[in-house]
Amino acid sequence: MDGLQIIGKRIPKRDAPQKVTGSAVYIQDLKIPGMLYGKILYSKYPHARILKLDTSKAEKLPGVRAVVTATDIPATFRIGVMKDNPPLKTGKVLSTRDEIVAIAATTPEIAEEALSLIDVEYEELPGIFDPLEAMKEGAPLIHEEMKSNVLKMPWKLVCGDVEAAKKESAFIVEDTFSTPWVTHCCLGTSGCIAQFDTNNNLTMYSNTQIPSLAQNDYIDALAAFGLKNKRVRIVQSVIGGGFGSKLDTYAYEYIAILLARKTRKPVKIIFSREEEFFATSPRQCTITKISHGCDKEGKLTFREIDMILDNGAYTSWGATTPSVMMMPISSLYKVPNIKYVAKCVYTNNTYSQAMRGYGNPQATFAIESSLDQLAEKAGIDPYELRLKNANEPGEITPQHFKITSCGMKECIDEVVKRLNWKEKKGKGGNRGVGMASLIHVGGGARVYKSDGCGTIIKMDDFGKVDVFTGSTDIGQGSETIIAQIVAEVLGISIDDVNVVNNDTDVCPWDVGAHASRTTFVAGNSALGAAKKIKAQILEVAAKLLEEDPASLDIKNGVVFSTKNNEKNTPLGKALRKLHYTAGGKMLMAEYFYDPANENFDKEFKGNLSVSYAYGAHGVEVEVDKETGQVKILNYIAAHDVGKAINPLLLEGQIYGGGLQGIGYALGEKMIYEKGRLMNGNFLDYKMPTAKDVPPVQAVIIESDEQDGPFGAKGIGEPGLVPTAPAIANAIYDAVGVRIKDLPITPEKILKALKEKEGSTK
Amino acid sequence: MKQEIVFNLNGEAVRVEVEPEWTLLHFLREVYGLTGTKEGCGYGECGACTVIIDGKAINSCLYPVLEVAGKSVTTIEGLASKDGELHPLQKAFVEQGAVQCGFCIPGMIMSAKALLDEKEQPSEDDIKDSIAGNLCRCTGYVKIIDAIKTVAGGR
Repeated sequence: MDGLQIIGKRIPKRDAPQKVTGSAVYIQDLKIPGMLYGKILYSKYPHARILKLDTSKAEKLPGVRAVVTATDIPATFRIGVMKDNPPLKTGKVLSTRDEIVAIAATTPEIAEEALSLIDVEYEELPGIFDPLEAMKEGAPLIHEEMKSNVLKMPWKLVCGDVEAAKKESAFIVEDTFSTPWVTHCCLGTSGCIAQFDTNNNLTMYSNTQIPSLAQNDYIDALAAFGLKNKRVRIVQSVIGGGFGSKLDTYAYEYIAILLARKTRKPVKIIFSREEEFFATSPRQCTITKISHGCDKEGKLTFREIDMILDNGAYTSWGATTPSVMMMPISSLYKVPNIKYVAKCVYTNNTYSQAMRGYGNPQATFAIESSLDQLAEKAGIDPYELRLKNANEPGEITPQHFKITSCGMKECIDEVVKRLNWKEKKGKGGNRGVGMASLIHVGGGARVYKSDGCGTIIKMDDFGKVDVFTGSTDIGQGSETIIAQIVAEVLGISIDDVNVVNNDTDVCPWDVGAHASRTTFVAGNSALGAAKKIKAQILEVAAKLLEEDPASLDIKNGVVFSTKNNEKNTPLGKALRKLHYTAGGKMLMAEYFYDPANENFDKEFKGNLSVSYAYGAHGVEVEVDKETGQVKILNYIAAHDVGKAINPLLLEGQIYGGGLQGIGYALGEKMIYEKGRLMNGNFLDYKMPTAKDVPPVQAVIIESDEQDGPFGAKGIGEPGLVPTAPAIANAIYDAVGVRIKDLPITPEKILKALKEKEGSTK
Repeated sequence: MKQEIVFNLNGEAVRVEVEPEWTLLHFLREVYGLTGTKEGCGYGECGACTVIIDGKAINSCLYPVLEVAGKSVTTIEGLASKDGELHPLQKAFVEQGAVQCGFCIPGMIMSAKALLDEKEQPSEDDIKDSIAGNLCRCTGYVKIIDAIKTVAGGR
């Protein structure tokens, strides 16, 4: 890795100057001439029959240009992972986020007023808001056409023999943990602008994380709406936060398309903050029963997990998070025998989606809390238990993951050292330390049939390059990473690399910004394309310089002979020569990288990722026994990242993930009462502020991943995965109470302390 | 019924007709075309719409536009010099890696500017207090606080 010019450097995010000056254009800022504004009427009740719907008054309001209802779409058209969600509902509504009518008007204010003129008569029906209730025999069916409220998506992973392992275990613990709905809180709310041209081709201005897949969804929708074989172009504005929230296409997008089609005008829908809270899909809530065992020496023998997930009324990617939960369940530490069963259950609540970690935070909360219980029962320091069972390079896990690079032990050691663990553990005084580790996909994740990403590179007349990537920047900095990789390979300044990443008309295909895959997959794709075009450049220059291409290289934008430095030509000159010579040509290269990872087989086994990211978080807390308040005194986040391509941006991922994790641990919860969100605003939903930032250290461990671009692995999601259990473990060390239900509020701590005192008296 | 007001916007006098029910944010974004000031919630809880009015950081989404008559308003667009040289805070936010999705950043910088205009050497608590009303979901605030410290420390 010696001699790297640009890789490994602290290079600021390339679009930051636009963002700090206010010139970056987000979907909120975009206006198209003639544009109308769309607004949606949602259901008043979580479960009801629509008896009457009258939109006539709204239609007559001056400025209203279109009204759409379920009658405007084919009755069979459904969206979502299980195709169970009509974008506009009729007959029965199943949740308070059910869309019933949408309006397009000349101003947002008129559209809003029109909504108030719509007359809906409902017959309220009793709802089911608890998945355990919904699973009971004879429970009313959420979807009447289905036989059961349990989703037809059975998650089951069995490795080894858990029952036999139980008999042979010296120590066994069993407990139940639960996690709440939490929401992404993107500062820029959801939105899009749909626009048809005269040939009924659609342009969608969007902040999606999945341009290529969204394109596919819209093409299907257009065909269903009677517009077959139409083109769809997606233009991404600057995205005001993603975190997984934009990994699916949603009802509002199809509604914008319907309104645009009906009015023949561009239609913009932007969510209000209230809508962003209740009408977008949060991280799935879970109830997890977990059992863990070890032998006398503390070697783990088995892990058994039974999980219930509230699916809400419809199905988005949240229902598939158990697939990723299988990763820590089967492969976080060496555990030979595994059993995991998960059920997603329909209720009249909100439905869930991907959110940073994709199930991993929920599963890791249960696993790492339970491990501390096991360590206590076995009389082993929790740190030693973890180290004893830590994953190692070369290991093949029970779920058939092939562990390549693995810096887990180094991460644990860093936490122990920096927290001064041995001095601080179990010392009382209302102070305590806790830790938790993580595994996550770090080399793509084959959740679709393809895990690929394309890159196209073209050279201009002056030695500058345009890089067209399929990958999406949601703020994480992928455009900077890709520019670094291309500049490094081509031996040019990063300022000479222009990355284009927001237009499906010119950018190649990609499955999306998910699974911490962009640096690894899009990075490898850019690396491949850069190498290809470099070979072409050297060939051209070789003719010009009358040299063997193998003896040429590029540095600072100059092609030179490694044998004789005086034989050289500036890149631009060589390229101009190509363009201005009879029979000339242009230089362009493409590369599609699809990692050699595997889809799960029918037993949910297979090497999901070509490499895995590891980390460990450690925390020291002080708990006020009078108020139940938890103060974080020190926070260490150690991550095995393979190679830090850009430490500046990498630290940002760790700090940002870490504080999201702290919010998940200590404060955030969407409070639903009978299907209604009670705290859908920033005052009542406790997202961390600057005042909640503890002293935090990001520790970067480089394990040099063989398949990664310059050795790198993914780091987008790991930062928040082990945070909540690390904090829960520290609280237990401090005051001896274990909170098993997130978030860990002062009320829960006080209640637990009271119960503890009661039981010891 | 529109009313005419005169005020100073980013160093220049403006004379405009406004509706009494407009907020300053609505005027800036929807009427005057200054979209650098963001709307993150519309009810004064996220700080994305922060501007400086007569030296104080204000949520422009709650501020009636009529109230700015005779006052001086600075938005994110008014920070860089006329020739495009970034303000030291803008420079520090870029260089310290304080920007990810960036939606909160204009408001964040305006809050920090109001602090630095008022206090020569703010403490870390002063910095945290000054941006406590500016929510950010991407960065964990660490590098934002670092960036503000760098500017304060460099003078």
